[in-house]
Amino acid sequence: MIKAEQKPVEEIISYLEPYNKILLSGCGACVTVCHSGGEKEVALLASCLKMARNNGGKNLEIIEMTPARQCEPEFALELAEIIAGVDAVLSLSCGVGVQTLARNFKSAVIIPGVNTVFMGETTAHGIWEERCQACGNCILEKTGGVCPIARCAKQLLNGPCGGSSQGICEIKRDTDCAWQLIYDRLKSLGQLTKLSEMIPAKNWGTESRDKGPRKIVREDLTI
Amino acid sequence: MFNPKIVAFCCEQSGVPASEMRLGEVADLDLKSVPNLPNLEIRPVPCAGRIETVHLLTALEQGADGVLVFACHEENCQYRRGNIRAKSRLLYAGTMLERIGMEKARLEICNLATNDGVKFSKVLTEKVEQLRKLGPNKFSKISSEVGKE
Repeated sequence: MIKAEQKPVEEIISYLEPYNKILLSGCGACVTVCHSGGEKEVALLASCLKMARNNGGKNLEIIEMTPARQCEPEFALELAEIIAGVDAVLSLSCGVGVQTLARNFKSAVIIPGVNTVFMGETTAHGIWEERCQACGNCILEKTGGVCPIARCAKQLLNGPCGGSSQGICEIKRDTDCAWQLIYDRLKSLGQLTKLSEMIPAKNWGTESRDKGPRKIVREDLTI
Repeated sequence: MFNPKIVAFCCEQSGVPASEMRLGEVADLDLKSVPNLPNLEIRPVPCAGRIETVHLLTALEQGADGVLVFACHEENCQYRRGNIRAKSRLLYAGTMLERIGMEKARLEICNLATNDGVKFSKVLTEKVEQLRKLGPNKFSKISSEVGKE
């Protein structure tokens, strides 16, 4: 799922300075799971913002809402009536949700309250690690289910490099070498022969966003 | 003299019975010499782990000058890690308060046992003295409204 972190409160306060009544909108999907923009975080941030403004002697009225998925227009449009009555919207959804609101509410000011960081996995309670970079052509079948694009610092398709030492990447002591993980995994699966196959260089022009924003069209689903 | 309002979240396994001792409800203990604190609001919780970060902040937002959490001793939680979770949440709340300019000393956790009425009173008394030095909570809704008048 998408992982995000709340922006520093000071930064959010500075964005909200001109406004007196806002909608603080969370999202019931990814940012709820990573505790950055769900219903609880909305309530917490609202309390914090109100106190900060109280101290400045200028009240801030906050309406709190958490639609199921802010990135889906059907759910985003449920906020229409409320958005019409506020000065601005502070969105705790990922960058996709913020843009869904911006696209659907042309005259509303939409302010991001989180930084969208990566697509990742919950490895322990309160710990999330990057796992996918949406490169557009998945090679996990060849690498035993460990992604070298997301997890190798050099994004090597045929690793490891010389910086791997005792299973640890040279860039950080707390980062596993992705290619060591790939080797261990393929060994346990009895598929080490896969390592003798060269993985060809990716076509970054067509498989990634290097050629501009990507789009998926399913004609059988379009209305 | 400024009489700070304190909200005390008390675990029902430790803080609540200790608070009852402090209030002199246990006859054989002479704890009545401790000054009464009319501005104390006790909020019982089944376990300190039930306290969310937002509960700590909204207590301050709604007018408390200080918030105390009375939890069981570490490694003595009936629900295993409730007191540890409460401590983590309190630390997180403290960092949020600092970011908006409020003194994080307004929040404090105290680990105690069921029969720690004396400790309960001592912590409360010290908190009152500390909050008197810090002054009223200027970030609360009530303070803000009073300020306007």
